[in-house]
Amino acid sequence: MVAKVELKTSPHLRSAPSVDQIMRNVVYALLPIVAFAIYQFGLSVLVLTITVVASCLGTERLFNWLSGKPNTLSDWSAVITGLLLALTLPPAFPLWMGAVAGFTAIAIGKALFGGLGFNVFNPALVGRAFVQAAFPVAISTWTPAFAPGRFMEFIPSTLALPFMKPPAVDDWIATQAVDTFTGATPLAQWKFDGEIVDSWSLFSGMTTGSSGETSALLILACGAYLALRRMMNWQIPAAMLLGAALTALPFWLYAPETYPSPVFVLFSGGLMLGAVFMASDMVASPVTPRGLWIYGLLIGFLTVVIRFWGGLPEGVMYAILLGNAASPLIESISQPRIYGQKN
Amino acid sequence: MGFFNFIRRKSFSHGIHPPDYKEETAHKPIRRLPFAPEMVIPLSQHFGAAAIPLVRPGQEVLRGEPVARADGFMSAPIHAPATGTIEDIRLMPTARGPKVESIILKAHPGASQRVLYGAELDVDTLSAEELVKAVQDTGMVGLGGAGFPTHVKLTVPPEHRVDTLVVNGCECEPYLTTDHRIMLEHTDELIRGIRIALRASGTRQAVIGIEDNKPDAIEAIRERLKPEDPIAVQEVRTKYPQGSEKLLITVLLGREVPSGGLPFQVGVVVNNVGTLAEIGRLLPKGEGLIERVVTIAGPEVKKPGNYLVPLGTPLRFILEQVGYFGDAGHLILGGPMMGTSVASLDVPITKPISGLIVLPEESANDHPDRVYPCIRCGTCVDACPVHLNPSRLGQLAARRRYETMAVEFHLNDCFECGCCSYVCPSNIPLVQYFRIAKSVNRERAA
Ligand code: SF4
Ligand code: SF4
Repeated sequence: MVAKVELKTSPHLRSAPSVDQIMRNVVYALLPIVAFAIYQFGLSVLVLTITVVASCLGTERLFNWLSGKPNTLSDWSAVITGLLLALTLPPAFPLWMGAVAGFTAIAIGKALFGGLGFNVFNPALVGRAFVQAAFPVAISTWTPAFAPGRFMEFIPSTLALPFMKPPAVDDWIATQAVDTFTGATPLAQWKFDGEIVDSWSLFSGMTTGSSGETSALLILACGAYLALRRMMNWQIPAAMLLGAALTALPFWLYAPETYPSPVFVLFSGGLMLGAVFMASDMVASPVTPRGLWIYGLLIGFLTVVIRFWGGLPEGVMYAILLGNAASPLIESISQPRIYGQKN
Repeated sequence: MGFFNFIRRKSFSHGIHPPDYKEETAHKPIRRLPFAPEMVIPLSQHFGAAAIPLVRPGQEVLRGEPVARADGFMSAPIHAPATGTIEDIRLMPTARGPKVESIILKAHPGASQRVLYGAELDVDTLSAEELVKAVQDTGMVGLGGAGFPTHVKLTVPPEHRVDTLVVNGCECEPYLTTDHRIMLEHTDELIRGIRIALRASGTRQAVIGIEDNKPDAIEAIRERLKPEDPIAVQEVRTKYPQGSEKLLITVLLGREVPSGGLPFQVGVVVNNVGTLAEIGRLLPKGEGLIERVVTIAGPEVKKPGNYLVPLGTPLRFILEQVGYFGDAGHLILGGPMMGTSVASLDVPITKPISGLIVLPEESANDHPDRVYPCIRCGTCVDACPVHLNPSRLGQLAARRRYETMAVEFHLNDCFECGCCSYVCPSNIPLVQYFRIAKSVNRERAA
């Protein structure tokens, strides 16, 4: 026998999983949510998702090439960004705007910072924030779930030409004969009309909203899969949900007719998707055990503050972006006590 | 009872659970390896000053005869592992780094396994100082891996008061089962060694910490203890690195050794079970340390097991004796978590080497080695038993900010256990970064 000459340093054992395996599993966990969104909203969401993911992958490749780095598509992180971004967009969002969102997410949210591991913000939310500012009408145009013709035809605005005003969707909604449709998400209904949708519709995805934020139970189940496989930390989602519920609770107890219940707060809008899949983004969150809790609680708190007193019905996106920005600070104040050190 | 046991099972926080790979060797009794025709005996097999040779080329030596003497207190003598002729004294490769002055010994064909040198000692009549001296004369060093001279560990500096001897029987490294077998097969020697160490160090009580994956060893020791022995056996959880000296002290006694400090500072003396069992065996006979138990295992080894190997036996000879499969392998001395890989089969077994692990060439890592950027997953933070932030340290290391690592992030508290590298999904060689950072800092300080 000859000893292998290339020397390795200890440890000589390594545990699975590696980054690409983790990322691939996150993709698997997102697929049921994507599938449900497609089932709910039809062809438009299918094509929108494909467009956004393709745009993210293309942008990632472009920046690999520009910066002379090796191909990083195989780490799957751009796919996750694409899927998450698509899930936060309204089903009727024009495809070309989806492509812009994907480009911004990767270019500004990730590549500018130096790629995977260096991004300060969650890239998908950077893309989403950009299109929220750039296309305020399209981003708040909602269409009904379970429209009868959803698998036969596109929602007209989907195929809008770049830089053209997308056609209004009202006529199309009328043809779908969904009488009860108000054109508003449950959060907007509460915020602007003071109506509270019943909890079961919220749990099970029977309301409208962004394509992937309407089924809280499915999102929880998919998150649980990842947490059980130890591919995602459970502390951040738990802390964020707790933070949101605790912030909402006193107001609801005090004035139940003005403020929604904690259950409504948890299961409406993007809170669940945000908590399980976006706030938990490892790169933009602290690594310290106590930091995880502080960070999650902070985001939950901010979400409710924005929802209750901000101008927008939804606050998850900005809450998470603010949490991302605070992450380095949280990490530095939550360093654990080191063995043998005094403090 | 079992339930409460579960709750009370002692452990430190964090750490990892690597697969233990011990089943291949844990149940096999220790077997003796024959003498290699030529043995290589480095003069420095311990921490401290190299020993000074007492022999010249051409000289005949007996098995057990001293061939080198200790150079001062922080050093240890060396004894001939076999009867034979001194061939030469020259530089030879060793497991750790540079070549070392070594005695080359040609064993006489058919030399007897009997130890032919040594004078019986009446251990019970010796004072603490005399016991320490007798321990130094055996050439004993920490057999658990550190190679620190044992008599130094038993000598408590006058400014410290110690009360407890912690006996380390954790053996938390995967593959290794030497301590396990010694506890089973040399229980009486171990207990005798503990009694000697108690008297030599002036401690009043001893606690043996054993991981709960070795219930037979726990049972065996408890059976042999006399009621009047101030010795307790404490079961601890099976977890890596439970056998780290400082962590074990905290687990067993609730005392925390200050950063950069020694166990003395919290009133503790620590020794490993293998070391104490050897003391218990050698001291009464007045013999020197000339062989040790080594776990030889790994997927490439045909007859894995625990072998009593004469110190100085080259790896090539051992592999011929135990058989191997592939033509090339990845050789590790010590355990796979903290051991060193070796490039030469001429390297001999020395006092601190507890294992020879042969992994197949490619699967030293069982998944592709692609290194990704740190994704800040925090797994390493959750694994570090010292509660450092390896993620941050790794990022600083990549930017060569070695001083910041030491000053702000306590680099010097890292004891290179390897937990962080083990779990990192990005395959970042964190421990290697930390070693480099430490050595650069040391050079700058010098
Ligand atoms: S090698 Fe150092 S940093 Fe890594 S886990 Fe062990 S003690 Fe912590
Ligand atoms: S385990 Fe690796 S990837 Fe995860 S935080 Fe630590 S260094 Fe970064």
